[in-house]
Amino acid sequence: MSVTRPRYAEEAPFKIHGGCGLAGICDESGATMSGEDIILAMAVQRDRGNGLGGGFAGYGIYPEFPDHFAFHMMYHDEQAREEAEVLLNEHCVVDLAEPMPTRPVKGISDAPLLWRYFLKPLPGELERLELSEEDLVVRLVMTINAAVDGAFVASSGKNMGVCKGVGFPEEIGHFYRLEEYEGHTWTGHNRFPTNTPGWWGGAHPFALLDWTIVHNGEISSYGINSRYLEQFGYKCTLGTDTEVAAYLFDLMLRRHGLPLELACKALAAPLWSEIDRMPEGERELMRSLRAVYGPAMLNGPFAIILGFNGGMVALNDRIKLRPLVAARSGSKVIVASEEAAIRAVAPEPDVVWMPKAGEPTVARVAGMPWPIHGDLHLTPAEISCAVVGVEDVCDEAVEVTA
Amino acid sequence: MPIQVIEGYRQVEPARRTEGDAVVFDANGVYYQQLNDAIRAAVEAGAKRIVVENANGQRYIGAGLQAKDLTIEVRGTAGNDLAAFMDGPKVEVFGNAQDGVGNTMASGTVVVHGDAGDVLGYGMRGGRVFVRGDVGYRVGIHMKAYEGLVPIVVCGGKARDFFGEYMAGGMLVLLGMNTQFPDDPVAGGFLGTGMHGGVIYVRGAVEPWQCGKEVGVSEAEEADMAALTPVLDEYCASLGLDLAEVLSEPFTRIAPVSHRPYGKLYAYL
Repeated sequence: MSVTRPRYAEEAPFKIHGGCGLAGICDESGATMSGEDIILAMAVQRDRGNGLGGGFAGYGIYPEFPDHFAFHMMYHDEQAREEAEVLLNEHCVVDLAEPMPTRPVKGISDAPLLWRYFLKPLPGELERLELSEEDLVVRLVMTINAAVDGAFVASSGKNMGVCKGVGFPEEIGHFYRLEEYEGHTWTGHNRFPTNTPGWWGGAHPFALLDWTIVHNGEISSYGINSRYLEQFGYKCTLGTDTEVAAYLFDLMLRRHGLPLELACKALAAPLWSEIDRMPEGERELMRSLRAVYGPAMLNGPFAIILGFNGGMVALNDRIKLRPLVAARSGSKVIVASEEAAIRAVAPEPDVVWMPKAGEPTVARVAGMPWPIHGDLHLTPAEISCAVVGVEDVCDEAVEVTA
Repeated sequence: MPIQVIEGYRQVEPARRTEGDAVVFDANGVYYQQLNDAIRAAVEAGAKRIVVENANGQRYIGAGLQAKDLTIEVRGTAGNDLAAFMDGPKVEVFGNAQDGVGNTMASGTVVVHGDAGDVLGYGMRGGRVFVRGDVGYRVGIHMKAYEGLVPIVVCGGKARDFFGEYMAGGMLVLLGMNTQFPDDPVAGGFLGTGMHGGVIYVRGAVEPWQCGKEVGVSEAEEADMAALTPVLDEYCASLGLDLAEVLSEPFTRIAPVSHRPYGKLYAYL
């Protein structure tokens, strides 16, 4: 099986400062904003990338199709489109298929064919395959990315979408006409590729279902993480380390039902010396977590933002090897690599702070179902209950596993 | 009018005006390169006081400047590498500073009236950095001193992990007073890890687990306070704080137990 990739762009001919940049804006009241704010937050961090990757995720952007999976697709050529559409039609009812609305932008060249589809599983398909609709979508995404030559799924969630490519983020945002969309949560990324090529499918965010990840850093455990994910049916095909983080969250949060804090602790595992200082219950829990989810630990520096329908979570590696700043401004939670990006969209935030390494900063949209098991801040006992189901600590924490 | 690509900064000269003896630049939306070019041109033309208004993330403000009698006032958020390689001027920030303040700075003074980010004072070899609020990770990493060049960093809030890591010289002071994180310890872990020169003073106490293996912890003695008090006096004067309140708690001294902690690791004896 050979997969033909779009041609890689060459290095940009100007001075490169390095780093990647990211930002996320979530209005916890559920009020929507156009894509212009997140573009501005990324434009201020232009020097953190080098024009080899920019992208955005928007949530709540397809209110006319709230119950359809929105597939954003990248095709190398028409043949790839035809082959991918055969697969989509085989399992799904496609209620709308259209080219992504774009406009020509100076600096953006070599764009693949970009299409979007609003689809639902065929009637009876889930029963026939004995799959949940989410698992069917995951299987479709993996199959297309791995087996259809020159076709890649940029995003596959409900009422959300990823718009990404090779270029600076503000150019990519303009290219995809993001000012025409309204969403309650947005994330953005400016890429400075280090170990892997800058190509359209390799730009951030990486997405599966409605989980999206933007990432600044390097995941040196990519090999271990991807082999671990393969055991659960995930295939890493996009040639960028960050892909594993999106799939790890899908595995831990959706399929295993881990509470958010615990999934974050699996990725940014506390040091053994820290674990030794913890109270007994928490110590045992963290030891078990590191034993069970060792292959899910992300080694190396990272600042990431996980987006999903219902909010976003920002997280650093355990020893803070990449920048991350957070702020609250009214009902908005804003996170970014630099404070300037936050102040570009909220000049006088109520509070600005630097989150602690390994501790998630959480934004939660009011009135939306929380897709994550457990509440935001569980006690160790509640977490134990959620993970191991030990009876004597479960009484007070029944809703955690409900 | 057609919709344009949204720009973070424009590559244009900043608007300039004079206010008394000060040259004032409006940095609103101006790219750092044009801003810093304008600052350097003003310094060459003899300006002694420069004000940068509406700063938001512009990098390298004050970087590499050598004038001894120059003051730069930054209103807004100072971008990364503020005062990097600076040799002489005073830079005062009315707002927060991002990462890398005083990177490899040689002399002069930086005063930050808000918080500052990670790797503040990285490789700093002289001068002073005074921060009113909290600072991030790896502050004072690999500071060094030589003869009369002794860098001093005073942080008024709390610090995260790796405070004074690989420190080779100078004085690093942490007060834990003006903080957004009242429930956190004054510093994180790995305090002074790999430290082999200079001294760290912390207002209040630190726990043994916080400190690297290469440092000894003791109460600050009379000689320590004799060295520290004038520094704190200058710090308080710069930021309008009360020296008596700063001195109302005992200080802890953290200093290396060896000037060559890894000597045995890499060389035969």
